[in-house]
Amino acid sequence: MRALAVPPERQIAPLLDAYRRTLAERRRTTALFGALLLVAIGLSWVGAEVRPDVFWQKLGNFSSYFGRLTQLDTGARVWTDPVYWFWGLRRWSLQLLQTVLIAYVATTTGAVLGLVGGILASRNLTRSGPLRFFVRRVLEFNRTVPDIVFALLFVYAGFGLGPLPGVLAITLHTSGALGKLFAEVIENIESKPVEGVGATGGTWFAQIRFGVLPQVVSNLASYTLLRFEVNVRGAAVIGIVGAGGIGQELIVAIRNFYYSDVSAILLMLIVCVMLIDAGSEWLRHRLLALDGRR
Amino acid sequence: MSGIRDQFIGRRAAMEARHGALLAGRSEGRVMTLALIGGALAVYVGGLVALDISPLRIWHGLGQLGGIVLLMFPPTSGGHFLLYLGALGQTLSIALLGTLLAAILALPFGFLAARNVMANRLLHLLTRRGLDTVRSIDTLIWALIWIDVVGLGPFAGLLALASSDFGALAKLTSEAVETADRRPIEGVLASGGGRLLAIRFGIVPQILPVYASQLLYFFESNTRSATIIGIVGAGGIGLHLYEQIRVLEWGQASFLILMVLVTVAAIDAVSQRLRAAIMGRPR
Repeated sequence: MRALAVPPERQIAPLLDAYRRTLAERRRTTALFGALLLVAIGLSWVGAEVRPDVFWQKLGNFSSYFGRLTQLDTGARVWTDPVYWFWGLRRWSLQLLQTVLIAYVATTTGAVLGLVGGILASRNLTRSGPLRFFVRRVLEFNRTVPDIVFALLFVYAGFGLGPLPGVLAITLHTSGALGKLFAEVIENIESKPVEGVGATGGTWFAQIRFGVLPQVVSNLASYTLLRFEVNVRGAAVIGIVGAGGIGQELIVAIRNFYYSDVSAILLMLIVCVMLIDAGSEWLRHRLLALDGRR
Repeated sequence: MSGIRDQFIGRRAAMEARHGALLAGRSEGRVMTLALIGGALAVYVGGLVALDISPLRIWHGLGQLGGIVLLMFPPTSGGHFLLYLGALGQTLSIALLGTLLAAILALPFGFLAARNVMANRLLHLLTRRGLDTVRSIDTLIWALIWIDVVGLGPFAGLLALASSDFGALAKLTSEAVETADRRPIEGVLASGGGRLLAIRFGIVPQILPVYASQLLYFFESNTRSATIIGIVGAGGIGLHLYEQIRVLEWGQASFLILMVLVTVAAIDAVSQRLRAAIMGRPR
């Protein structure tokens, strides 16, 4: 083996120096961030009333909670008597179906509103600056306010209990979330097909229909499916404020300590969410494959 | 120009004979698409009927809602500004600590759920399914469960955020680990490092920036979640919002919503800056 050629000391020194300085600077930045984070954690520790002692004391509760979840009120374990465990199967299935329907109707309506909003908010399709600005702010508002807050407002302000306020709340939130994504997709399209349709005398609608939509439709569908997955989870909890779906049943069971009901409903909910996730993933892959073939 | 047109018109009969289905818009794909859209519409209409949604009800509700939106102006703190500010601070505390707790717990489990680190197929699968289960339970439901365990208050909210994020973060981590470049790992192994060293110097430097930027996203989303868990009694500003809506104090409700919006916007801006700094830093 040949010995490495070592440059003389005076050549190395400045390089080493520069290296050390860069490293020191980076360490300083990291230390500064670390210190800031520590201060924030300290403040939050007080703010969130963290009590590790309570946590350790009550941790037994947590494990025994799962013990109680798997116990029927006869004292037997739930899996020994599934029929008794799922005594409300019919009723819960119907509510689960309602939950999925709420998510479906809200996602569809929200996607249509989001498409309109996305078109109006995208720089390449909407010339008017003030209109774009206005639509963007509306979409921003819709997606920043959580759907459950909308649901709360609608339940207490005008629509009353039931699935209607839930559908409206999720629709509104979805239109904001999807509108932003759609606008981004639309701003990234190829402008030539749109100009082509325009050049042959196509109207604005014809340009959108034949120039824009074919380019974005698979992307939009894929985002919408993803949103549907999110919305099923959302629809499952808006019942907590009285806006329909299985959440109402769940909160009643939790608040009244009907442990075996809680576990049965949760189990059904988890299975349902997983099935929908799997189905939507399959559909999305099909869509992508379709896109690749074109 | 007219040459092409004439040619086409001249050969029209032959074209129609050969591509009749396409010209009439009856290709198989098109029929499928139409059937799909028709089915989706049918479910939609069925849903509207089943959920008892009618234009009339929406119209009535909107009328009342309009009146209440007018009552929301002007937004007023009703003299409770400091109280609300404290609750907002609590919300942020819950979001920060919840995210960090989830981050600390998710890292090891992310490695366990990664196929290229975890050779044991069964353990990998079990971890994955377990994480999926944790992830599919909503934050609000976790909050209800933790309230039963540690009692009402922000601590339960913190644990709830950490629980639901833990599943999602661990899944993301495992994906980042699985897509990590193999070469640094092989480099460490080739120079005589063990498996642990390969993880530390081969994988961790690759996923750390991704992880940090994901954490910032989660912090943003947790700020939103932390504003609502108060609805079930798990601390933060949501409790006040719920109370003010329930007693129909619309001015204060809109004030609280405005506070949340401003905070969320501020957090988003800060975290965007931070993310750019992390991703842009040379490594």
